[in-house]
Amino acid sequence: MRRRNFLVAAGAAVLAGCNKVAESAPGARLLSAAERWHKGAHRLLTNREALAPEYPRSAVSPFFRGNGTTDPQEPAYQRHAAEGFANWRLEVGGLVETPMSLSLDNLRRLPQRTQVTRHDCVEGWSAIGEWTGPQLSLLLEAAGLREEARFIVFRCADTLNGDVYYESVDLLDAFHPQTIVAHSLNGAPLPIRNGAPLRMRIERQLGYKHAKYLTAIEAVASLEGIGGGEGGYWEDRGYQWYAGI
Amino acid sequence: MKRHALSTRLWHWLNLVFVVILFMSGLTISNAHPRLYWGDWGFAPEQAWLILPRFPDWMTIPGYYSLAVARDWHVLAAWPFALLLLFMWVAMLANRHFRRDIATQRAEWQPANIRRDVGAHLRLRFDHGPGKYNFLQKLAYGLVLGVFLPMMIFTGIAISPGMEPSFSWLVEILGGRQSARSLHFLFAFALLGFFVVHVLLVILSGPLRQIRDMLTGGRHAEGPSDAA
Repeated sequence: MRRRNFLVAAGAAVLAGCNKVAESAPGARLLSAAERWHKGAHRLLTNREALAPEYPRSAVSPFFRGNGTTDPQEPAYQRHAAEGFANWRLEVGGLVETPMSLSLDNLRRLPQRTQVTRHDCVEGWSAIGEWTGPQLSLLLEAAGLREEARFIVFRCADTLNGDVYYESVDLLDAFHPQTIVAHSLNGAPLPIRNGAPLRMRIERQLGYKHAKYLTAIEAVASLEGIGGGEGGYWEDRGYQWYAGI
Repeated sequence: MKRHALSTRLWHWLNLVFVVILFMSGLTISNAHPRLYWGDWGFAPEQAWLILPRFPDWMTIPGYYSLAVARDWHVLAAWPFALLLLFMWVAMLANRHFRRDIATQRAEWQPANIRRDVGAHLRLRFDHGPGKYNFLQKLAYGLVLGVFLPMMIFTGIAISPGMEPSFSWLVEILGGRQSARSLHFLFAFALLGFFVVHVLLVILSGPLRQIRDMLTGGRHAEGPSDAA
């Protein structure tokens, strides 16, 4: 019992120290700097165009777990779901020369990329699925990015705990060949659980970057003033914006 | 000559700080999804080879459940931990600490010697033969420095989706991402096992002198081992 008390006391001491550091301004800056060091090291050590591993079709997981929102309750979304998403539109706008509004048919007629990849959740689990859709680079090139554009923001139809879900990536990941706007999982239209009718695939980052229920793609110069300003729903709640760690 | 080189002492205590932060924040990360799998993927209890208990708040960083804060601590402490281990390896190769004190000789692997050493430990007799460390000490320190600690880094890199595109060979030799994650956990607990035994043996073999020597460097033991 005494040893346990000692351990508890030692644990509490480490904790108190860590909390003190985390609550101080330099401590908080240090914690967010570590994320940038990792991103810098990743981009220094890895080829920027390198592809995430792709698996044979036989490796697909029997069921693809859904996480976060798995059944959006918003009336507009429910109406689209009832219509089989026949009238869903994807807006491409922000800092682009030619804003576009695309139907699911428009997206399906574009050249497609199919990839069997592994999805890694920040919690720790993984699932493998086959995703199909046009590359995001195709849409961005068609719309024509303006020079000031630095980030691509993904707008979503779902809200989680009262806030609208959104995400963002920089242009390096936006133009990566495996970054696609997926409309199909394992050869069938996306299930609602996995983001119907459209979701992003950002294959070199964790699951929360892969925005589901996608309604708009927006080119911006800065992430300030969007949502909580940190670049995504989970980022506004303290998660790293660079989710490649 | 000092019993412990300055580089060894510095690394020993700094490494302790960062390993403790990594371990305690790692327990929070484990609480986020307390199941371990083999192979590339896994998400459900029926695929798991181990279902972990929930680690209580007093063991975790932060002292409440926050995966975001735990990840901040984990990815911050990973840097000094990895760089210090690299420093320690360079230092102990350069000052011959590794070859002189830790690397084992063939004769030490003879069953009779191992039996004798295990017997001496069980009887809590810690007077050594020639050399600074006995066989079991060399084995333990060699495993920790050469296998357990480096494997924490390699398995950690393998879990990172941003590194995998260029280091997929690493994920493959570890048996897939979920295997790498399982190994990350197993090596962390192997380190905890070492920590418990290490602290226990320090307590049994004169804790004040041991801790003082690891702080100040201490004096080299008298006798023939000084000549080595």
